[in-house]
Amino acid sequence: MIPGKVIGRLVASHATPAFKGVKFLLVQPMDENGADLGAAVVACDAIGANVSERVFMAQGREATILLPDTFNCADMTVIAIIDEVTP
Amino acid sequence: MKLARVVRQVVATQKPEAYRGVKTFMVKPLALDGREDKATFVAVDRVQAGVGDLVLIMQEGSSARHMFNNQQATMRTVIVGIVDHVEIER
Repeated sequence: MIPGKVIGRLVASHATPAFKGVKFLLVQPMDENGADLGAAVVACDAIGANVSERVFMAQGREATILLPDTFNCADMTVIAIIDEVTP
Repeated sequence: MKLARVVRQVVATQKPEAYRGVKTFMVKPLALDGREDKATFVAVDRVQAGVGDLVLIMQEGSSARHMFNNQQATMRTVIVGIVDHVEIER
């Protein structure tokens, strides 16, 4: 799983039918100090995360499990909202 | 599997059911000379690891689902061992 910060939303009104009802978020992966790490990614939202929240994402096959249609083609999904990271 | 260092504990309340009662940590894979990789992963703990520990991580979703006996578990990176020491001969 990969930690990151939600930096925006993305709307794709014409997408594969399996994505019906799925929201897309733009997430910037981060390191343990909260610093940006690599390029931002588009991730599906399975938990109701908002912009500026710290989250972690599931990649690959695991990204599809929590979405309405588990046979979709997602490869990155926000699965948890981080409350706290120890110093 | 990879050698990694546990660097932070991650606390989340809104998380999938499969994550109830398990601890999650941020881990950084290590190169063989001990330097930390840039990559940072969130890992589920299976061995009572703590921040600062040198650990063995496994990154395979199917194995993680078997390990937690839950086919709905959205997990991939799992801490599966605490490393006592590493010997490199060359």
